[in-house]
Amino acid sequence: MAGGESPMKLVYTDVLVIGGGLAGLRAAVGVKRRGLDTIVLSLVPAKRSHSAAAQGGMQASLANSAMGRGDNEDVHFEDTVKGSDWGCDQHVARMFVHTAPKAVRELAGWGVPWNRVRAGEREAVVNAERVTIREAPEAHGLITARDFGGTRKWRTCHTSDGTGHAMLFALGDQSIAHGIPVMERMEALALIHEGGRCFGAIVRELVTGQITSFVSRATVIATGGYGRIYKVSTNGIICEGTGMAIALETGVAELGNMEAVQFHPTAIVPAGILTTEGCRGDGGLLRDVDGHRFMPDYEPEKKELASRDVVSRRMTEHMRKGKGVSSPYGDHLWLDISVLGRAHIEKNLREVKDICHYFLGIDPAEEWIPVRPTQHYSMGGIRTRHSGESTTLKGLYACGEAACWDLHGFNRLGGNSVAETVVAGMIVSEFIADFCQSDASEINIPTALVREFHAREQARLDALLASNGTERAGDIRRRMEEIMIDKVGIFRSGDELDAAVDELQELLVRSRRLGLRSSARGANPELVAAYRLPKMLKLALCVASGARARTESRGAHSREDYPQRDDANWLKRTLTTWTGEDDTLPAIDYEALDVTAMELPPGFRGYGQAGHRDHADTAARRAEVTAIRERLKGADRFEIQRALMPFEHLLPERYRGRNERLEEPLDD
Amino acid sequence: MTEESTARRLSIRILRHDPQNPASAPHIESFELDETPGMTLFIALNRIRDEQAPSLQFDFVCRAGVCGSCGMLINGRPGLACRTLTAKLGPAIMLAPLPVFRLIGDLSVDTGAWAREMGERLQTWLHREAEADIDRLEERMDPGRAEEIYELDRCIECGCCIAACGTARMRKDFVGAAGINKIARFRLDPRDQRSDEDFYELVGSDDGVFGCMSLLGCHDVCPKGLPLKSQIAFVRRKMLAVK
Repeated sequence: MAGGESPMKLVYTDVLVIGGGLAGLRAAVGVKRRGLDTIVLSLVPAKRSHSAAAQGGMQASLANSAMGRGDNEDVHFEDTVKGSDWGCDQHVARMFVHTAPKAVRELAGWGVPWNRVRAGEREAVVNAERVTIREAPEAHGLITARDFGGTRKWRTCHTSDGTGHAMLFALGDQSIAHGIPVMERMEALALIHEGGRCFGAIVRELVTGQITSFVSRATVIATGGYGRIYKVSTNGIICEGTGMAIALETGVAELGNMEAVQFHPTAIVPAGILTTEGCRGDGGLLRDVDGHRFMPDYEPEKKELASRDVVSRRMTEHMRKGKGVSSPYGDHLWLDISVLGRAHIEKNLREVKDICHYFLGIDPAEEWIPVRPTQHYSMGGIRTRHSGESTTLKGLYACGEAACWDLHGFNRLGGNSVAETVVAGMIVSEFIADFCQSDASEINIPTALVREFHAREQARLDALLASNGTERAGDIRRRMEEIMIDKVGIFRSGDELDAAVDELQELLVRSRRLGLRSSARGANPELVAAYRLPKMLKLALCVASGARARTESRGAHSREDYPQRDDANWLKRTLTTWTGEDDTLPAIDYEALDVTAMELPPGFRGYGQAGHRDHADTAARRAEVTAIRERLKGADRFEIQRALMPFEHLLPERYRGRNERLEEPLDD
Repeated sequence: MTEESTARRLSIRILRHDPQNPASAPHIESFELDETPGMTLFIALNRIRDEQAPSLQFDFVCRAGVCGSCGMLINGRPGLACRTLTAKLGPAIMLAPLPVFRLIGDLSVDTGAWAREMGERLQTWLHREAEADIDRLEERMDPGRAEEIYELDRCIECGCCIAACGTARMRKDFVGAAGINKIARFRLDPRDQRSDEDFYELVGSDDGVFGCMSLLGCHDVCPKGLPLKSQIAFVRRKMLAVK
């Protein structure tokens, strides 16, 4: 059947959610509860989304356990901002830390079997020593937490090391309870838009090849990260960033901070599968070829539990000194959790134990685990306001890893990503519902516009299927993955980034001459790989060219030729757009962060490299903050916070209430 | 890490069929490839698709044994392909799609539709009257009970237990071990306000827990090692006590 003859199938819904992981499902439940019609599209059955792979837990300052006492939003906020290396939006960080305890409690109400505090004494390993922790009787049965990197309190709520799984299944079951249709094996190929307004998406059924136009008042992209542009990634194989890419391809929507890419310190070698930060949070150690625990040599304060960007760099530095363990798959280091004892591993780190058993054939209670830093998380994404709406394309929203509303800046803390997925889903769905229930969301578009987008996508697929091009998608893709890991990895430099950008552009040009061996219009994995490839290359080019332009080091972006964090010139967010279809480079622009409005003015993180260059406004703002704190000495922490940087007005009304804690009871 | 030299030549036979294509008939196709160290069926199948059979269909997502996408018959036994090391198998390997489920193509089956249908039918979500006030301290739970619930909550709905189930082969509406385990999980959860009478309405029939013939293939193949044998027996006992 030729493209032009195919009847156009059209579906209307109020809110089209693209992506069935934690963020997308929570957003869908949110708008459904507000009385809107919604459809979730997912590449895979929703419960198979990559959210399921999150192991260690989600941060929320409940302060129930003994090691979490004294924790609150203020502490979580500071940890998050320092973790981001001051790259985050501090208003968004405030909204997030305020809503995270509510998210954990909501999920408890939906069935997540969070691990609980048990009153009395228990043994734990802290800094390689056995210590006794005494849990208070009044905390018994409340949700407990474990330690994670870059945090001052034990704040990470968990269900053993299967937290993402338990959360995703609870939310998946909630979406069933709410009767939300989740259409599986569906892939959005393009957004329908005109005049700065998004009207839905053109969608391909992966099994039949059928193209359907989904028209909606609001469209949400919650498709996760772009880890698979790298050769070695902990990400699931569906994390190809195509949701961000279709936003980029509008030429209107902006992507933020795409060069901010996180490497997780402990993925197993060679499979690249994650072992949770909980391994180190619970007391596990990193050792080198001599069995020496090396992290205290570099980071005397936080040791193994500095932020991920710092630990990954220290590990790489140490291997460069010849202290790695050589293997047929390159050098690695050891993660030692045997110090925690078998009972702890079999109860709290059972996924890690399974992974070691099946993929390495070892028992981590007896043997050390071969690990090295591996691509893990995409801080960058579709640039949105605090409401989740695209800054430039009305009616388009994004949440979770696919978005850059900018909670993480240049480095995300462990435990803040699954927390972000549900928190963003909660917050953004309220803003979407407000929008959809206002006159501003009325859509009035000609079917001809929809047909035009539909026909264009169909024509592209037809052209690919009919092409006698000689390039193979697999070859180009493998080369892209190698370039990204070799030249746009943990340590970066101008020369290598130049070379990366040049070659990626060549690959993009080559990707326009692909040929296929299989011509099936329906299920056809080769066709899928072919049409995704240019999208992935465009993202890779955003990452590489953003990294090349940023001549400083900040968080996970580490330039060997510019090792210093340079607030004077670079306290700003990178914005990339793809304006011409035939372009081979994104347009790059910047958005300054406003130091004068920061609750926490830029400073030293307390770990990693000291000595940065200050922004012109930093000294004045620091003095201002000190003066405000001085003036309000004795006031409660909420009053001080409000004086420093008001944020509550930005939250949807239903999430503005204070969070109760054992030490901060709410009045009735 | 095992580093023994693995210069084996593998012969992988795959039961193939594309139901979308009227010209397709189920057939077995053989592929040969050199084994590499640490090779899993995930790696092997991707290599076959890259180098020999671009149209070959299969499903992987996490490739780490946690998402449940890649259940298939591996030498006749249901299991997760991603975490199956070829080194643990002989040089001749037979792969087929999981039975019982609708075939999408080759090794890909529609476990998603099955899971959704099961969820709707067994109402596999926490049932409680009032929504908790999320500003306030969460309801307390015994720490041991939370761990017991998590134990049953670990089901990844991969479908291996259904594919290994004698009853499911004969009775297409049988809820299977995954379904019964779900009921056991919510029954154990003090936050769920349903009674045994309510659960009886869901699984108190021959399509429910009374249909189980106790062959317990489910228990033997469950990739997560869930205690399916004891849970089925337990739910059956509780349901018998209702009427």
